[in-house]
Amino acid sequence: MSYLPLINLRTGEHAKVAHIAAGRAATKRLYEMGFNTGAEVVVIKNDTGPVIVGLFGHKVALGRGLAEKMLVSKK
Amino acid sequence: MPKTVALAGNPNSGKTTLFNALTGANHHAANWPGVTVERKEGQFRCGSDVYTVVDLPGIYSLGAFSEDELVARDYILSGEPDVVVNVIDATNVERNLYLTTQLLEMGANVVVALNMVDEAESLAMSLDAQALSKRLGVPVVPTVASKRQGIDQLMAAAVRAAADPSVKRKLDLSYGQSVDAKVTQLEKLLKDRDLVYPPRWVAVKLLEGDGQVLKMVEERLTSQDVEELRRVCEEAAAENSDLQLEIVDGRYRFIQKVTRGAVARPKKEVPTLTDRLDKVLTHRFWGLPLFAVIIFAVFQLTFVIGQDLLGGLVGEGVGLLGEYIDGLLARANASELLRSYVADGLIGGVGVVLEFIPLIVILYTLMGLLEDSGYMARAAYVMDNTMRKVGLQGKTFIPLIVAFGCNVPGVMATRTLENKKDRMTAILINPFMSCGAKLPIYLAFIAAFFPKYGALVLFSLYVLGVLVALAMGKLFGRTLFKGESSHFIMELPPYRMPTLRNVVRNMWDNVSSFLVRAGTVIFVVVSLLWVLAVLPAGVEPYGSESILGRVGAVIAPIFAPAGFGTWQASVGLFAGVAAKEAVVATLGMVYAGVEEGVELVSALQKAFTPLSAFAFLVMTLLYTPCVATLATIKKETGSAKWAFFSAGYAFAVGWLGAVLVFQLGRLFGLS
Repeated sequence: MSYLPLINLRTGEHAKVAHIAAGRAATKRLYEMGFNTGAEVVVIKNDTGPVIVGLFGHKVALGRGLAEKMLVSKK
Repeated sequence: MPKTVALAGNPNSGKTTLFNALTGANHHAANWPGVTVERKEGQFRCGSDVYTVVDLPGIYSLGAFSEDELVARDYILSGEPDVVVNVIDATNVERNLYLTTQLLEMGANVVVALNMVDEAESLAMSLDAQALSKRLGVPVVPTVASKRQGIDQLMAAAVRAAADPSVKRKLDLSYGQSVDAKVTQLEKLLKDRDLVYPPRWVAVKLLEGDGQVLKMVEERLTSQDVEELRRVCEEAAAENSDLQLEIVDGRYRFIQKVTRGAVARPKKEVPTLTDRLDKVLTHRFWGLPLFAVIIFAVFQLTFVIGQDLLGGLVGEGVGLLGEYIDGLLARANASELLRSYVADGLIGGVGVVLEFIPLIVILYTLMGLLEDSGYMARAAYVMDNTMRKVGLQGKTFIPLIVAFGCNVPGVMATRTLENKKDRMTAILINPFMSCGAKLPIYLAFIAAFFPKYGALVLFSLYVLGVLVALAMGKLFGRTLFKGESSHFIMELPPYRMPTLRNVVRNMWDNVSSFLVRAGTVIFVVVSLLWVLAVLPAGVEPYGSESILGRVGAVIAPIFAPAGFGTWQASVGLFAGVAAKEAVVATLGMVYAGVEEGVELVSALQKAFTPLSAFAFLVMTLLYTPCVATLATIKKETGSAKWAFFSAGYAFAVGWLGAVLVFQLGRLFGLS
């Protein structure tokens, strides 16, 4: 099982959050929004602009910089 | 002593809808002391009893990282609320429970409102409120706040909980063996100290590195004890690769236990209306143009209905009232001075404010509709790319849109920006977005000089405003407010039908706040203008001998390089600092002795050339914002220095712009 940055996923792919390598405040915020270890995400939009992911049935938009720092494992 | 109910929950959970449903017209909004976080309070009647309801800011957790969180946390820990109603979005239970878990860790007296169950149903979700209640240890009541369903049962449970706080559940959840051991160690050290907060909660917070709690502990404990605590925390940090994450995981493990079997979604993900709408509204090509169309529609409605139609009506009404009162005064043989004061000073001042109300009402209503429907988040999303190019971010654009109507709500809308750089930049570039009050000035000059090119001139002015705002934003990012804009992290809530009650309430709160703040400032300053225009006694009102005229004459030379170095133009600009709405009327008075109409147009044509007129418009677009805006800037930044700075640098930018336009135009042979 290998980890890759969220931003490398394509629309429709599912993954689980493995590790977030961002700054303290951003990481904390991501945890609170539901992106903790093992959380299941699905990529809804990843072309230009912030990446939109589905998480627990809801949508969250993440800046591309952050999406690079979020490591996930593909399902 | 009425009992107090606090409402806590995530943003977009329907908390505000619940607040509006519970409280009637008897609610008021203020600020939490010392911060620019809004505090809403109202009253709820249950039979013959009255309860105070306090709406806390929407938060995702109770950390110490943002003002919103601290305000909510301190309030709950203060003991003032007898019960905390935690509003949860039933379509996103897992994430919403993160806050609930923290509330329970704190030992708060919690009752859960499982809100929006109708939406959950339409998504074919199954929810077992009873199971949730049993596992959380607190009452869980399904509600649909927007339809007022389940509210009676909810409040009955809240009332019961408020009456008997001893029943509240203490949550001791596990964060993993290693961390639990450290928590117990810290707890022992903290036991029997005068801490005010539950020792176990303090222990967990210390391990999380919570600055506020650490400060509190340092104040109350001896330095020896603090050293001991610090040692344990450092050990914990050394033993666990990511202590913070361990604790967060602990909470989510608890949430999983709570929701397993009690919350279920259908296996197949059916595309919802939200998904279909977003395919278009956040489309890489169509997202931005659609956003432009929507905003354009908002402005058309605001200006055509608000300003032209209704504002015009109000203006006529005020005018008639003025004439009527003047007639009364004339028959009573009142002095010229008194009549002038009442007509120009009082009614003029009041009229300026009143005429603007319809625009503000419509602007706030439309913005409220966009916000409540969930579209605003998409607006920030589509603008993010463009904003990043100037070192800002998508959310920064929203206050700029509001500013097109009026800068006062525009500045206030910057509250949503947590990052200091984003917020300060948004406040300082706000005034370059041409506000509604400047429109009559443009229109007057267009009528005089560019009757065939009106749309083009208007468009170029607005675009110039946006360009300057973005350029200054970039400049501030390189100089005053270096540092990164915050990453874009934003929830895109499902599109929902706006709740009328929410929109109207919100609009009304904002309008009355505008009336009180901006209204009094504008009225006072416009009346002051009148005083300056008619003194010293005996001079021709608004003439060159009046104080106003003399002040204008002193300032005038500054504008010579811009082509309008006359005392009359200076007086007009001076009046604009009081209120942009006052400029046309003041220009009318100083040039033509009348407030508007054909005489003004011909007087302008004699006093300006097309080039100097356009330079004047550029100055108007960019220079010092009105005192109402300056006062708002002072309030929102917490210091007068930024208001002064704003006044000064905007003037400089306006002057530069006007001079550039005029001199370059002359170079090209225009005049």
